[in-house]
Amino acid sequence: MPKKRGADIVIDVLLEEGVDTVFGLPGGAIMEVYDALFDAPLRNILARHEQAAAHMADGYARATGKVGVVMATSGPGATNLVTGLATAYMDSIPMVAITGQVPTHYIGTDAFQEADVVGITRPITKHNFLVTDIKDLALILREAFYLARTGRPGPVLVDIPKDITQQEYDYKMPTLKDVEDALPGYKPHYEGNPVQIKKAAELIRRAKRPVLYVGGGVILGEASNELRELAELTQIPVTTTNMGKGSFDENHPLALHMLGMHGTYYANMAVYHSDLLIAVGARFDDRVTGKIDEFAPEAKIIHIDIDPASISKNITVDVPIVGDVKNVLQKLLKELKKKPVEWEDARKSWLKQIQKWKEKHPLTYQKSDKIIKPQYVIEEIYNITKGDAIISAGVGQHQMWAAMFYRYNFPRQFLNSGGLGTMGYGFPASLGAKIGKPDKTVFAIEGDGSFVMNMQDLITAVQYRLPVKVAIINNEFLGMVRQWQQLFYDSRYSSVCLAVQPDFVKLAEAMGAVGLRATKPKEVREVLKKAMEINDRPVVMDFVVDREENVLPMVPAGKSYREMIVSPKQKSEAETMYLVG
Amino acid sequence: MVEEIKAIKVRPQPKSETRKHIIVVRVQHNFGVLTRITSLFAGRGYNIESLTVGKTHEPNVARITIVVEGNERVVEQIIKQLRRLIETLRVRDITDIPHIERELVLIKVHAGEDKARDEIMRLVNIFRAKVVDVSVDTYTIEITGDTEKIEAFIKLLKPFGLKDIARTGVLALTRESAKEGLQDNKVE
Ligand SMILES: Cc1ncc(C[n+]2csc(CCOP(=O)(O)OP(=O)(O)O)c2C)c(N)n1
Ligand SMILES: [Mg+2]
Repeated sequence: MPKKRGADIVIDVLLEEGVDTVFGLPGGAIMEVYDALFDAPLRNILARHEQAAAHMADGYARATGKVGVVMATSGPGATNLVTGLATAYMDSIPMVAITGQVPTHYIGTDAFQEADVVGITRPITKHNFLVTDIKDLALILREAFYLARTGRPGPVLVDIPKDITQQEYDYKMPTLKDVEDALPGYKPHYEGNPVQIKKAAELIRRAKRPVLYVGGGVILGEASNELRELAELTQIPVTTTNMGKGSFDENHPLALHMLGMHGTYYANMAVYHSDLLIAVGARFDDRVTGKIDEFAPEAKIIHIDIDPASISKNITVDVPIVGDVKNVLQKLLKELKKKPVEWEDARKSWLKQIQKWKEKHPLTYQKSDKIIKPQYVIEEIYNITKGDAIISAGVGQHQMWAAMFYRYNFPRQFLNSGGLGTMGYGFPASLGAKIGKPDKTVFAIEGDGSFVMNMQDLITAVQYRLPVKVAIINNEFLGMVRQWQQLFYDSRYSSVCLAVQPDFVKLAEAMGAVGLRATKPKEVREVLKKAMEINDRPVVMDFVVDREENVLPMVPAGKSYREMIVSPKQKSEAETMYLVG
Repeated sequence: MVEEIKAIKVRPQPKSETRKHIIVVRVQHNFGVLTRITSLFAGRGYNIESLTVGKTHEPNVARITIVVEGNERVVEQIIKQLRRLIETLRVRDITDIPHIERELVLIKVHAGEDKARDEIMRLVNIFRAKVVDVSVDTYTIEITGDTEKIEAFIKLLKPFGLKDIARTGVLALTRESAKEGLQDNKVE
């Protein structure tokens, strides 16, 4: 085997791992790798900001299930990745970040563009590495991919000093066995304890008011089919978290839609009254549970998750099952089928009650023919895409409306920063998704505040002719913060007004994209129709919407589901209608 | 028909007492591994009472003994988080397993007058400690033992005037004689 340059070893490993696209932007410390990329059979999407590059890699990973790869130079290049890595870490997204570092002998000297990247990213990566010897380079890179995609997935960073990318070494591609041998303590638990699975089956048989509470783990674990089978067999209604959207068809009669802070009335009521909660790939986040000791107060809890550390972290669980969700659900189904029950009979009164709740407060909003309601825009996006588009969202009210008023029906359809809540995520993520799934219509539903946090990368979309559709829900506010100020801070609108803004239509045109605007409800469909016809460049749609619309229902932070605000008339906390009791 | 819940209901929360736990962690001895462990504690606000690290007889394996205060729930989380680290080979809470616990301490104590010197020597003998350095007005004493013994010794020396103390932190090994039925896998 002839000697190879470190940078070429990097490319070799990328190819070995099946990577065909990386996202990034070069600089001094990673120039050698970009030099090797120049004539390698894989392409680099040249983002205009490393944060955007990281979100692109993340969007690519979420849409395809493959590992997303991002590259950046040392110092500022690497620090710009921080928000992107933290975003991916919180949502368990498989990513590998490759960063250049100053040459080995300069490390620790405050050299030009030096930053302790391994130190900075330690708490926001699943694992990270500093390569100190070219002999380890290939193995470390392969370990990074292996760690990123197995177990509970997550981002892994490999920091490579420039001299190591320049050195030559006579290397052999490490095998999977080499990788496993190098990680003797890393043994993700896939199987699920059979005794616990039996116990879970018994609880399901005996339950009168069960609810399936499903999170992003079902999507990451590719367990949607098993979930549907379980729900249909046992006639258990399904509520998903924001991250779990798409794991269960939201048009299914058993769908309760989202639970938690902005969950539906019927999902929250069902959870609140349940006697058995089956949590699958979810983690009892505070945005879901509200006040923890009043969360599902009468329910026994079964918790299925691949990460033992997620179990009994926020809430005490009756039947913990550590394992791969797909694997565990298959075994649970098998167990349930051994001793069948008259499921339909058993569920009759429970499902009837849920139906009543659904009729009492369906997911809805105040319609208008004078002013564009943000929810209406989402509904129209749903209609024109026939429910088949991939949707990514920023963070804020528009994100919640995108979650509530689009009906998701396949996994990897809804991409958003659920865990970290990163404004600026939605648009670049949509580019990654479009690159990974070129045949799908991809919409970025953005806020006027969120979009500007990464709008520079519109130019990237133009350069690569990515026909994503950006729908800005323009309320001229940092709307979600404004809503909290209105409800909980006596309407003191402190630093939330975005009245001074770019003209988004002109901005789009200046970048070489198409810009469209709707200011009246009747223009919405027309604008969307035009946007759908454009296939060679991005489109930015500026939907000027009702400025002070609120996201409802809402369980105020740290409160119990009992204290859910359902109607817009309940303005303040004091007026909160007690739903129960 | 399902009854809507009328009264305010609360999930029962398990109670457990706060006490000292000894956690033994075996890790791959890569650079940075200690930082991963300490920052895990720091980032979550867990308080470490002591932490000792050392090589083992196996190549590239280090053993870390951590003493923390916490209730069962907190300690269980700590252990899970430790297991989650990629370089962790094995984690055990040996608090309730028969074990041998030792700490080595060096103490500088005022010993100016003859009366004090005699009294301190008596204590040193009772506790099987050792005077390892002597100056005009100071004894430097070396003592090993479990935490209880050390604390008792220090308390008795206090009235003489302590000048400085250096402690290694707790080291612990389980008793081979009582090893049956141990559960020491990394994953449960
Ligand atoms: C990077 C970042 N900074 C601040 C916040 C806090 N924050 C949450 S929602 C929100 C407002 C978002 O405004 P916009 O994108 O216009 O969405 P809207 O709520 O108006 O739909 C802010 C500032 C955040 N989530 N992320
Ligand atoms: Mg806004």
